[in-house]
Amino acid sequence: VTHVFAFASPVVDFHALAPELVLAVGICLVILVDLFVPDHRKWITGTLSGFVMLGALLPVVTLAVIGDDYRSALMDGEAGQGITGRYVIDNFALVLKALFLLSGYVVVLLSTHEQDDKQYQGEFYTMLLSSVLGMVMMASARDLVGLFVALEFLSIPAYMMAAWKKRDRKSNEAGVKYYLLGVFASAVMLYGMSLLYGLAGSTKLTEIGKVITLEGDRVGVQVLAIVFVIIGFAFKISAVPFHTWAPDTYEGAPTPVTAFLSVASKAAGFIGLIVLVYLAFPMAQDVYRPFLWVMAALTMTVGNVVALKQTNIVRMLAYSSVSQGGFILMPLAIAFTNGNQGASLRAVVVYLVIYAATNLGAFAVVIAVSRKTRSGEIASFGGLFRYAPGLTVMMTIFLASLAGIPPLGGWYAKFGAFKAAVDAAGGWGYGIAIVGAVNAVIATAYYITVMREMWMKPVPDGDVMPIKVPGSLQAAIGLCGIATLVFGVLPGLIGKAGAITDLAGALLP
Amino acid sequence: MIQNEQWLLSLGTFLPLVGVLVMLFIPKKDELLAKQVALGTALATLAVGAYTLYKFDYDAAEKLQFFTTNNWIKPISATYTVGLDGISLPLYFLSMAITVLVMVYSWNHIPNPGNAKAFFILMLVLQTGMAGTFVAQDLILFFVFFEVVLLPMYFMIGVWGGENRQYASLKFFLYTMFGSALMLVAFIALFVVTKNNAADPDAANFSFQWLSANGPDVAKNTAIWIFAGMFIGFAVKVPMFPFHTWLPDAHTQAPTQGSVILAAILLKLGTYGFVRIAIPFLPQAAVKWAPIIGVLAVIGIIYGSLACLAQTDMKRLIAFSSVAHMGFVMLGISTLTTLGINAALFGMVAHGLITGMLFFVAGSVKERYHTLEIKRLSGMLTQMPKMGWILGFCAMASLGLPGLAGFWGEFPAILASWSPAKVLIGNGHEGLYQVLTIIAALGTVLAAGYLLWLYQRTAFGEPTAEFASAGHDTHGHDAHGYDAHGHDAHGDDHGSDIHDVTKFEWIAWAPLLVAILVFGVVPSLMFKIMDPAVQQLTSVFGGK
Repeated sequence: VTHVFAFASPVVDFHALAPELVLAVGICLVILVDLFVPDHRKWITGTLSGFVMLGALLPVVTLAVIGDDYRSALMDGEAGQGITGRYVIDNFALVLKALFLLSGYVVVLLSTHEQDDKQYQGEFYTMLLSSVLGMVMMASARDLVGLFVALEFLSIPAYMMAAWKKRDRKSNEAGVKYYLLGVFASAVMLYGMSLLYGLAGSTKLTEIGKVITLEGDRVGVQVLAIVFVIIGFAFKISAVPFHTWAPDTYEGAPTPVTAFLSVASKAAGFIGLIVLVYLAFPMAQDVYRPFLWVMAALTMTVGNVVALKQTNIVRMLAYSSVSQGGFILMPLAIAFTNGNQGASLRAVVVYLVIYAATNLGAFAVVIAVSRKTRSGEIASFGGLFRYAPGLTVMMTIFLASLAGIPPLGGWYAKFGAFKAAVDAAGGWGYGIAIVGAVNAVIATAYYITVMREMWMKPVPDGDVMPIKVPGSLQAAIGLCGIATLVFGVLPGLIGKAGAITDLAGALLP
Repeated sequence: MIQNEQWLLSLGTFLPLVGVLVMLFIPKKDELLAKQVALGTALATLAVGAYTLYKFDYDAAEKLQFFTTNNWIKPISATYTVGLDGISLPLYFLSMAITVLVMVYSWNHIPNPGNAKAFFILMLVLQTGMAGTFVAQDLILFFVFFEVVLLPMYFMIGVWGGENRQYASLKFFLYTMFGSALMLVAFIALFVVTKNNAADPDAANFSFQWLSANGPDVAKNTAIWIFAGMFIGFAVKVPMFPFHTWLPDAHTQAPTQGSVILAAILLKLGTYGFVRIAIPFLPQAAVKWAPIIGVLAVIGIIYGSLACLAQTDMKRLIAFSSVAHMGFVMLGISTLTTLGINAALFGMVAHGLITGMLFFVAGSVKERYHTLEIKRLSGMLTQMPKMGWILGFCAMASLGLPGLAGFWGEFPAILASWSPAKVLIGNGHEGLYQVLTIIAALGTVLAAGYLLWLYQRTAFGEPTAEFASAGHDTHGHDAHGYDAHGHDAHGDDHGSDIHDVTKFEWIAWAPLLVAILVFGVVPSLMFKIMDPAVQQLTSVFGGK
């Protein structure tokens, strides 16, 4: 009872916090600059935001180069506890921070020429930066409060960005749907978190992990808590059956925002699931495994089957993104089966990285093409090869990568997921591997539909004027294309970048 | 293994991609330059191949040569390992030669809708995938190369193909994809099982070396399941009955160049997979599966031959004959004997040369008559005697006439199936194989039947009325011969009259024709390269 009100300032590791600090300062800068530049120069805020993302990437690189296995940014007064901090910088966090910052940068590149309401550019980029800041925090959070704050921080700006096209009903619908289901999910999650806190008496995930053992007289509450928290994140990653917001939101939102949501926001949701499974629920396999297993199987199957009948390219990519989420869930579901933690974690992270590069690239091409066709229909891609061979080849690369065809990045992502599943062995592992294999084949069908439009169909309106692709968009497509190719040929690079072998604090053997 | 000239195979494999990179910077309008760069690259690659032939140590053909190994993807224990032995050498070189010949043929035969640059780029990418598959000595590397050929061939059929190209290309793609998904799961399972069995699991990797040393120890029942996955993957590619249905569509709809590459090389990726991967890594399962493979192979022979007899389209007929011929190859493999597998390997190359040649001829016939409907073709020998003779020569080779290459693929395979490997006899399968021998032998009669009938209907007699005057009248076909592609936009210099073999055709075809004859007369040229490696392979089955 003593010292309850005594406040001891925590020791802050400023180097470890540098990415977040750069972003925070950057957000203020963008707001300030926005106040003082005239309307026709609002593009400066976009350029500035791009630099802020890259600037925040610098400390991530230096942290990675120093090569500490683990640092805690906030020494929370429990010295000697080693790897149980509440805000942790480890290789896992660094790889994902880099992923978020680079995705954010690419989204800035995508947005540059898509702003029709010039006067709102400053606000848009402020929102984007704030959301990225939330994601960067998410990568380090190892505590219920940290997770929740980061999640809200990344979500709330995203709700607004989804509704950014003010006079477009679909965009409004996108925003409202996303917002309502998002807060609903947050509420469910928060309820679960309160139960977890009640059970463990601590918000620290590792502490919770010691209590959630599915033994003792509070098993019912434990199960309820696990299920609620997982459902909360399942909304974020648009896992079936909590995916219903995704297609409408993706279709209605401005396409760069859709790209952002489908990649970065989804990855952030997965981080939540990963740290929960690895730190808080490692001994609750009997609850989360069947739950995630069924969710993974449903997600890839339903996403695929619905994607097959889409005629709108953005909706198709939305359902494809749902289905890809199922593949990412696959290794997570069997993470602690048969001592498979390391391989599963690696598989998930590698998948997230490769998927980000590929999917952003695909959306970049969609944006480029719709600049000319003003349409989101798959049919509007007809005969693209005739008048935009470069875009066609790039889109083919991205789609083939999503389908998992070597030598493009996606094959390795899928391979890692399958290998983790087969490694886990037994009914759980082999079962999900077979479901995955069948789905991988189904998925090629709708990716190939788009390829067929581009390469083999006639141009719908006979208009074969070449497409003018602005420089920033070219840069985005180029970056994503190179990443997709390089990750496919030398996938070891991702592993090397982070040497992700474990999650600090996880109960790995 | 022999670790000499370690750069050689990588150079031969990736050189085409260098050409692709250069070609990306050539403007689309500058077709001639694009063609020159592509052909130049392919010739340079062929030169590397020839140098490989020259440096290959034929006295140690059973050993892997030009061997090199490096770390590639550490987290999954995949290595970059390449090497070449007597089994892969002929196919490796054949892939390079075929690419050059197809390019020569394409010089003024770019199918609709044109775009030489893209067409040649696809051929170069295909070349890398094909060569890479034959030199890969690591399962993951093999898988990647195996899949690299998928998209270029899909586009080649789907963009440059015939009327039904979209359906055919999609079918090709989905079938292959389905096969490879199961194959990949089998590959991973094989690795995981050998790793779990190993005394030192950290030493486990995907290299053929590791898998051939540890694969045979996999428990029999597990091995049978893993073999099943590989079987489906490879059988779709071969294609074996009942996974063959994509082939007639793909072959018929593909442009000539696509059909040639498909027949000459791509189908061999499947049979090569059996010989290189499935059988040596899982010998116990191979013994169990061999009779099934044998039965399916013979069904393929008879079914393919009967289907040939029923075809009305020349190209479709040749496509079905592929099903039958690959049946002989698989029958040879299923005997698990040295003789049988040697025959199979010889048959792979021979089928590549002969059927590739037949598709070339079919393509040229189509270009002249704008149809391949057998009943509308007649009197080729009077109208274009050289083409007629070439068709006859290839038909004879294809039906297995002694003295031409086709014979050495079929006859020894049939012979071998009379007395299969000792383990198979030990399992009481001798009788089954002898029945297979008899049925397969009947298949050769059918082959003679459909090929001679084809030849008789197309080459003999007088040209049909609609084409009778076409040789003299450049517009003679206007009234009838057009297909959905409409106007002949080949941009070639010889109009659209019915003329005999052209210069470019001679350059592209002569090497194949000579090879068919030379290998027919001196089969030992190839047998002596393959035999040592095959003997090593079959020793576990007590083969002879």
